[in-house]
Amino acid sequence: MKRKILCSLIALVTVLALAACGKTPDNQGGSGSSNGGESTGREATNSVVVGITQDIDSLDPHNAVSAGTREVLFNMFEGLVQPTPEGEIEPAVASEFTVSEDATFITFQLRDGITFCDGTPITVQDVKYSIERYAGIQGEGSAFSILKDIVASEDGTIVVNLSEPNTEFVYELTCAIIPQANDANVNTNPIGSGPFMYDSFIPGEELVIKKNPNYWKEGRPYLDEVTFKIVADTDKAVTQLNAGTLDIVQYLTSDQVMTLNDNFYVMDGSINYVQGMFLNNKVEPFNDPLVRQAIYYAIDRQNISDMLFGGKSHIIGTNMIPAATKYYNADTEDQYPYDPAKAKELLKQAGYENGFTFTIQVPNNYPPHKGTAEIIANCLEEVGITAKINEIEFTSWLSDVYKDRKYEATVVAVDGRLAPYTWFAKNESTASNNFTNYSNPQFDEIFAKAKAAIDPEEKVGYYKQLQQILADDAASIYVQDPANQVAIRNTLTGYVFYPVSAQDMSVIKYK
Amino acid sequence: MKYIVKKIITLFVALLLISIIIFVVFSVIPADASIAKLGIDATPEQIAALRAQMGLDKPLFERYFWWLANALQGNFGESFQYTGVKVTTLLARRLGNSALLSLISFIMVVIFSIPIGIFSAKRRSVVARGTMTTITQITMGIPSFFLGLLLTYLFSLVLHWFYVGQFVSPSEDFFGACAYLIFPAIAIALPKIAMTVKFLSNSIRSELHKDYVRTAYAKGSTRDGVLYKHVLKNSMVPVITFLGIIVAEIVAGSVIVEQVFSVPGIGSLLVTAITNRDYPVVEAVVLLIAFFVIVINFIVDMIYQAVDPRVKL
Amino acid sequence: MKLKLKHNPSLIIGIVITGVLLLIAIVGLFWTPYSTTKMSMELKFAPPSAAHWFGCDNYGRDIFSRVMQGAGTTFLVALSTIVFGCTLGTIIGFFAGYRGGWLDEVVMRINDVVNAFPSILLALVFVSFFGNGLMNVILALGILFIPSFARIARSEMLRLKGMQFVQSAKLVGDSTGRIIFSQILPNAYISILSSAAVGFNNAVIAEASLSYLGLGVQPPDASLGRMINEAGNYLLQAPWYAIFPGVAIIVLVLGVALISDGVSKID
Repeated sequence: MKRKILCSLIALVTVLALAACGKTPDNQGGSGSSNGGESTGREATNSVVVGITQDIDSLDPHNAVSAGTREVLFNMFEGLVQPTPEGEIEPAVASEFTVSEDATFITFQLRDGITFCDGTPITVQDVKYSIERYAGIQGEGSAFSILKDIVASEDGTIVVNLSEPNTEFVYELTCAIIPQANDANVNTNPIGSGPFMYDSFIPGEELVIKKNPNYWKEGRPYLDEVTFKIVADTDKAVTQLNAGTLDIVQYLTSDQVMTLNDNFYVMDGSINYVQGMFLNNKVEPFNDPLVRQAIYYAIDRQNISDMLFGGKSHIIGTNMIPAATKYYNADTEDQYPYDPAKAKELLKQAGYENGFTFTIQVPNNYPPHKGTAEIIANCLEEVGITAKINEIEFTSWLSDVYKDRKYEATVVAVDGRLAPYTWFAKNESTASNNFTNYSNPQFDEIFAKAKAAIDPEEKVGYYKQLQQILADDAASIYVQDPANQVAIRNTLTGYVFYPVSAQDMSVIKYK
Repeated sequence: MKYIVKKIITLFVALLLISIIIFVVFSVIPADASIAKLGIDATPEQIAALRAQMGLDKPLFERYFWWLANALQGNFGESFQYTGVKVTTLLARRLGNSALLSLISFIMVVIFSIPIGIFSAKRRSVVARGTMTTITQITMGIPSFFLGLLLTYLFSLVLHWFYVGQFVSPSEDFFGACAYLIFPAIAIALPKIAMTVKFLSNSIRSELHKDYVRTAYAKGSTRDGVLYKHVLKNSMVPVITFLGIIVAEIVAGSVIVEQVFSVPGIGSLLVTAITNRDYPVVEAVVLLIAFFVIVINFIVDMIYQAVDPRVKL
Repeated sequence: MKLKLKHNPSLIIGIVITGVLLLIAIVGLFWTPYSTTKMSMELKFAPPSAAHWFGCDNYGRDIFSRVMQGAGTTFLVALSTIVFGCTLGTIIGFFAGYRGGWLDEVVMRINDVVNAFPSILLALVFVSFFGNGLMNVILALGILFIPSFARIARSEMLRLKGMQFVQSAKLVGDSTGRIIFSQILPNAYISILSSAAVGFNNAVIAEASLSYLGLGVQPPDASLGRMINEAGNYLLQAPWYAIFPGVAIIVLVLGVALISDGVSKID
């Protein structure tokens, strides 16, 4: 009998081997060589495939919410102004702009001869329509509440009037300009004026974009076609990079980078998130600043970066990213060095000599959050605090933790946009999304001044002060701006990092 | 005939109950599709507007009524997660992949388990039986996702026979798709093969002890003659039922294996739809699976009756 | 009934395997060679060695210690699930089968419905509603296991209820409960017990699958399924991380399966 079993096993293996051989190289519909070899065949068609781990939530640029969607749509749409890699803005659909001296209105000049990707000219009416549509979707509580009106004249000037002085509003006008005529089809056949244009989208699988022949910037983009392929997670993405089916993937961890084959080089940037353990400042014992500070001292933040990101993350001490160089307050980084003895002392002062028990809620959409929570729990054990971990779906997290604020602590990352106020708005005591229930009148007062300030120097000063207040209060435990390691195929060049959600494909080219 | 009518009625009642349960469940679990879709920067006004647009502000009963009315006409509505995409379009693309995976797994189970089961039943030596039992017992206990990981490690990472994620849809390259699906199919099928082998050999063995077998031997039939003429036919009856259960388990088990091998099937669709609270999609997927399982049970009953007329249904 | 252990190698081997594992798991509750939570950068992905038999994981934790603890958790979940599902399922099945009529019809239809539901959906829904954690995982899986036991108990009841001794007990005027517990149960328990063992396997695998999707037992508690889930990300760097917990699951399931095999041979 053993012989027969052996025979059938051999038969099985043969079948499998044949099947596998039959499948490898050529008959892959152009998707390339089997061993992740040098040529993918995509160089010939001047196209690349980018792996993304988040599904596209909307093709309508005004309704797109997730960072993952915004960084993809960045290639298809442009606003009057566009973010630059340096964190500034530059003219795009507008050819020039000026913010009035008292910061109550902004004047734009429409770029001469600019068209949408389908060749129809962009009119001032399209601009007015787009900004109003976006403002309507953003709603009352948003930055657009200070938008008074938009005056468009036929000579191509657009004046955006504000109801109060604000120098940061211009950053909001990176919102996409779309044709009014396409209002009904914006979800199914989006039209924009970015370097690439929409080709096809299969939910949960891939989005294909093609070169926009009418793009205003000479010689851009270099590539003819880009496919954003949706993969379950970055681990699967790494296998597919090695397999030759993907060319570029970002958000890799050091462990994953180690497993890449030598067809790739890696660029290090930052994710531009403030990741940390956010504490509900209203529940005991986190309502006591001493306890929050004690936790800060108890946590070895460098170890978190070492364990999860090969030490490449930027350790932070406040709610701001280092990439916003102009505003970032680096002094806060070393305010609470790893010092368990000090932590114990502070706990004793606060009356928690014997520690306490609490639960950390962790959304399950980004694996390093769980790792961070586990390492934090491990550190806290040393000082006698028991931290339980509860992994929940991101959707439940949004409703229970973020909206209803029913939690003690949560490990998560918060982001912001180009306008500096976006990083602090969640800490205003009255903010609807102040999910940490942080409340400090001094903070609110300076925040109001910072937003209203017109003088750039003064503004910077206020924002740095705000960061210091958050650090002094230990409002939450700010851990790191996680490292963003991007794998890029050796044959490609030009990748740049932005301090906002953007993967700019228009600058990528084959060597 | 009466039986068939009764079964069909039962089928519809079961599907109706399932669809109601899903509606109720989705109205009580935390968060809804609007929150899932708008994410972290949503303002309360935005959520309210989207809820109204999705019809989530209407009472549960009203929503269910309209959903049911449309579903009965074959219209399962639009996905909440993907604006403007019909649930049926979403499903149609995924269904083929999952069906193919289940089919390949089932074929493997049938092809391998029946011959191995018969050989295993014929063995008399203690050692051979012991070996056989040990092998089947061990194989039965391997969780299919673990098996999936082992297969990925061996064939994808070490041997490079295939690459996880390189799946091509069968409509583009049928044989390419089949070749890829062989690996997840093994992960699903192997434990089931072991279960079927064990079941079949037990079934044959208990049949071999029956009176008619002794009579046949007495009449001078050879061992193999008895086995293939009489015993096999009778012992296949319970095996058919068992295979029916296996089919249902394959369909359910593929949900996780699809994740391991990144197969874009209805399993992964279901998991994301639940996360996004996209209940039109969940309804459609679950009803489809439930329909399939119930129909399979029904077919099994019919075959059971056809093979063994003593069974009254 | 005599246990003829001599002629029942499956039972002996099964009991030995399960016994040893159970012992390791129980010891793991109180003592492990290393801390199950202590992390160490130096030991990250350390391969198996004399000091760390099963190597170390992505946080430099000792895998052997974690398998010891994880086996306990997995065992506990599977056992409680089966006890819960089997008890309720048997009671429901017995009553449905005994009474017959509309009650039977209703119970069996509900059974059909639960059966036709993809089990992972039920578990997902349950967990997102009640939250996760040990108790909820046990409850969710327990409910999933009721129908299969109800079905078996019902068919046993149908088989036995026409028999002489049950009919006589009825004539004597015994209550329903009494008949079920003193007449039916002693005659039906072997088949229920052996399907309980099959159920145990399924429960181990179901818990592992649930943890694989990130919904089962929460860290820092170790469960075998959760370990495999994490290990799946590091197959190339540390294959031992996936293999040892996986083998532990297989052995655990094997032990109970052999016991079940043995029990079914007792007559």
